[in-house]
Amino acid sequence: MSKVKVAFFDFACCEGCQLQVANMGELLIDILDKIEIVEFREVMSEKSEDYDVAIVEGSITTPHCLERIMKIRSIAKVLIAYGSCATIGGVNGMKNQFEMDDIARSVYGDDAHFFPTRPTRAIDQVVPVDYYVHGCPIYLPELVKVLTHALAGIPYRVPDSAVCVECKLNENVCVYERGVSCLGPVTRGGCNSWCINNGNVCYGCRGMVTNPADNAQRDVLTKYDISLDWVENKMMMYNKAKDAKEA
Amino acid sequence: MGRNINVNVEYLTRVEGHGNIVVNVRESQLEECRLDIVEAPRFFEGMLRNRSIFEAQHITSRICGICSCGHTLASIQAAEDAIGFTPSPQTQKLRRLLMHLETLDSHLLHIYLLVAPDLLGVKSFVPLINTHNDVVRRALRMKKTCNDICEVLVGRHVHPISSIVGGFTKLPSEKELDKMLGMLRSLEVDMKPTIDLAATFVFPEFERDTEFVALVSDTDEYPFLEGDIGTTDGPPIPKDAYKSVTNEFIVSHSSAKHCKNKRGSYMVGALARFNLNYDKLVPNAKDIASAIGLHPVSKNPYLNTAAQLIECIHCIEDSIRIIEDCKEEGVDQSEAILVGLNETGCIPVQAGHGVGAVEVPRGILFHAYDVSEEGKIITANCVIPTGQNLANIELDMKKLVPEILDRTDEEITLSLEMLVRAYDPCISCSAHFLNVEFKNR
Repeated sequence: MSKVKVAFFDFACCEGCQLQVANMGELLIDILDKIEIVEFREVMSEKSEDYDVAIVEGSITTPHCLERIMKIRSIAKVLIAYGSCATIGGVNGMKNQFEMDDIARSVYGDDAHFFPTRPTRAIDQVVPVDYYVHGCPIYLPELVKVLTHALAGIPYRVPDSAVCVECKLNENVCVYERGVSCLGPVTRGGCNSWCINNGNVCYGCRGMVTNPADNAQRDVLTKYDISLDWVENKMMMYNKAKDAKEA
Repeated sequence: MGRNINVNVEYLTRVEGHGNIVVNVRESQLEECRLDIVEAPRFFEGMLRNRSIFEAQHITSRICGICSCGHTLASIQAAEDAIGFTPSPQTQKLRRLLMHLETLDSHLLHIYLLVAPDLLGVKSFVPLINTHNDVVRRALRMKKTCNDICEVLVGRHVHPISSIVGGFTKLPSEKELDKMLGMLRSLEVDMKPTIDLAATFVFPEFERDTEFVALVSDTDEYPFLEGDIGTTDGPPIPKDAYKSVTNEFIVSHSSAKHCKNKRGSYMVGALARFNLNYDKLVPNAKDIASAIGLHPVSKNPYLNTAAQLIECIHCIEDSIRIIEDCKEEGVDQSEAILVGLNETGCIPVQAGHGVGAVEVPRGILFHAYDVSEEGKIITANCVIPTGQNLANIELDMKKLVPEILDRTDEEITLSLEMLVRAYDPCISCSAHFLNVEFKNR
């Protein structure tokens, strides 16, 4: 049986999710036994236009990106979006709260016209996506799980319960009890409450659950006397791109 | 008749981010020699405006996956400088450990997976799985070990969790110190064959006189997190005056800004640090530098990779020293803090301007913030090592191409790719990077 051809691509992002792949260690060699990586620019010189599975990182922010992702979609039988930038727009979405001219000028001044930019969009705001691996960065065990599903041709359902569920199972003390706000109650789990386990709060990198308990969340904020503005602004760190219109 | 060469490498591989190399030689005269940075700009400095200073670390670590700990530490330093917060000695010690781990992780990735394939004559590490299986396994093992140590210290290496303004949200237990120590010892063991392998590498011979810039300090530490801006061209400059060194300017072929100081360009990174701070390396690192023929001041940019190897030796040894020190003195767990958006006001905030200057794997990184009374960012500026190196890389290419005109297109392209790769450019950071374009011959 011939190996499945897999290609990795990146758009606007920090490439940290590809790095997570390199961080698998020797497990990577076992995976390479099952698939053939035909393109992975960060670590390989080879390039290919013949692949079955495209694993795509990063958001769509320029006309050139748009052309590339359309082409990738037309070749790939299966498209996996991985990392927050690809799945929900991620931190790149914060740009969308400004006028594009304004933000370009703030960084490049009068030379801003050299660097045309469009509002940030997640991959599925541009082309259909078959599998999602959320997170900033991705949680490696989940990537392996999604790859296994994709290679077997069966669907993967992203967990749609709040981070709090896993956080409780991990027996963390709720950070609200310690006077600090956290996006765990409205954020999609699947990360094993990674940040709270390490003493920090949830920043919402996996996107919102499909049906957040708005009223209960308001009650929590009232109980701990935390203003809604704080939390809304915090949500924008990862979740702003979803309002982006066709550029 | 003179020679015409057109190099056009689109999307240079085995570098972080997107860049193109464009070289155009007509009648043996170099007409054009550029490194185009075609990374989609991400406008971090613009996005930071009006966000809490306590979010800056989380956001800016996302500038780059490879350098996320370095951005974290530069951001924290700038924020703490702006609001007038002084970290505890324990925090400073653990931050140094974190920086060492990132330096190790990044240098090992570069030496083994990005540079070694060129020197072993293959296109990537994948064919090496068959021909040099033990080498590939060792590389992946060492890289994973660096990550595993980071996981213990800060939750993960890519976008660290527990290192924040004010200190750490979680501190290592005694058991965790032992675990990290064990892993560092295993790195030390794997470092020996790494040195043996590196000793077999033959780096291209090429030299160009340039200015080297790196942090310098008056302590005994090989400086990564403290000190002033040192240069081989004059006295040190305080970090607050970083703009007088970087002098950023915009060129149309690069979404990353270029920099220059006293000359047309300067170089930052492992080789610059080695050249300026050689005396402060651990003795073992100095011995091995001599053994592989690396001496300060080295002017061959290809040897940046060799300087990275030397820094790996230093970082492992110093990390072990830090952990042994922590074991002896004990870690004060009461210093663990939860800050969030500073809802509880546990960190006093005042308006101010702050600068962070940190030696990250690719060179000196600056973050500078203006902060309002409420702790919101008014303006932010990040000056990235790769951006600082771009002008220097182009001047190297301009000197190199005429010296190798007698070679084939393929050989010229490879030499140029290897040159750019030697700088270990991080294009995500600088906007992101690399691809050689030969136009018609």
